[in-house]
Amino acid sequence: MHRTGALYGQFKTLEQQKDTASLGMWIFLVTEVMFFGGIMLAYTINRHTYYHAFAMGSNTLSIQLGGFNTVVLLASSFTMAMAVWSSQTGKKKLIPMFLTLTILLGFVFFGVKYIEYAQKFHHHLVPGRNFDITYCVNNPSKCEDIDAADLDVERAEIANALAADPDLNSHAQLYYSAYFGMTGLHALHMIIGAGLLFWLLRGSLAGRFTPEWNTPVDIVGLYWHFVDIVWIYLFPLLYLIDRHK
Amino acid sequence: MSEHEHTEHIVPPSTYLVIIFTLLFLTGLTVFAAYINLGRFNIVVALGIATLKATLVVLFFMHAKYSPKRTKLVIMAGIFWLIILLFMTLSDYASRVDYRGVHFPMSQNTSLHSSPHS
Repeated sequence: MHRTGALYGQFKTLEQQKDTASLGMWIFLVTEVMFFGGIMLAYTINRHTYYHAFAMGSNTLSIQLGGFNTVVLLASSFTMAMAVWSSQTGKKKLIPMFLTLTILLGFVFFGVKYIEYAQKFHHHLVPGRNFDITYCVNNPSKCEDIDAADLDVERAEIANALAADPDLNSHAQLYYSAYFGMTGLHALHMIIGAGLLFWLLRGSLAGRFTPEWNTPVDIVGLYWHFVDIVWIYLFPLLYLIDRHK
Repeated sequence: MSEHEHTEHIVPPSTYLVIIFTLLFLTGLTVFAAYINLGRFNIVVALGIATLKATLVVLFFMHAKYSPKRTKLVIMAGIFWLIILLFMTLSDYASRVDYRGVHFPMSQNTSLHSSPHS
């Protein structure tokens, strides 16, 4: 089905038709705000209740990898915005270029996320029967990717956290459940977004988007930026707890 | 509704460049701020910067600044509902004691890096 800017009977102008489409997308995004908002609220309550376990968990994440991914995702939002601009101004050659860049940055994000997830599996930090917050501290030879100095810091932190919270191991699992749940849902949204971007790429290579009709680029752009906003909140919530000395 | 044809506002790349560099700067700032001990205000600063970043994305990347009023209304209604969700739930938690008779630790500001007994 090729909708190339035909004016449907219920609208007066193409402008009104496009505004309606973007209004519909915003209503969907508001439901997404409530979805992620509820999860972040539950996270906040647990974080305050089990402060030490959550700080301990947060400190095992890599700020370098998380920060890098934040930059990657912000850059992909920029290239997405440029793809929308290209379609609005009729620069037909630039649309597929910016869409490809956006997809590539999305895949860089997935790659870094894979490294982070794999590390958590190796370090026994995935909730379940093998979860052990003290694993790396007790088996330093099995966690060669962690700096020995970092392990010393972690050893002291675990001692402090255990003094305040004897059931640290259970409560740290809550943190990691939230971590995998929230970043996993965010990644799922990105996978859907990447699929939509491939669909746009096909349309743009066929020269389908023009200044008169570029609604799909605009709408998928809104979705992609929303996913970026979710990460803007996840990064400080998950990575930046109790980092100061 | 107005009969006038309102032409679509096209945000120029220069605006997008200013926004992306502001966002990258704020990302650096939030990491920097996380390493300073502000006690309970660390989370306030972190979420404040995140909200500033989100606002910039919504206004410029998502063109909300140039959207019709009814789109802005939907956005504001969504944010208002989110505030109800967060504010009323958290004020409920903050004003109760749990089944163990323990107050919800809203003012928790102990750090892992200092001994809890010191």
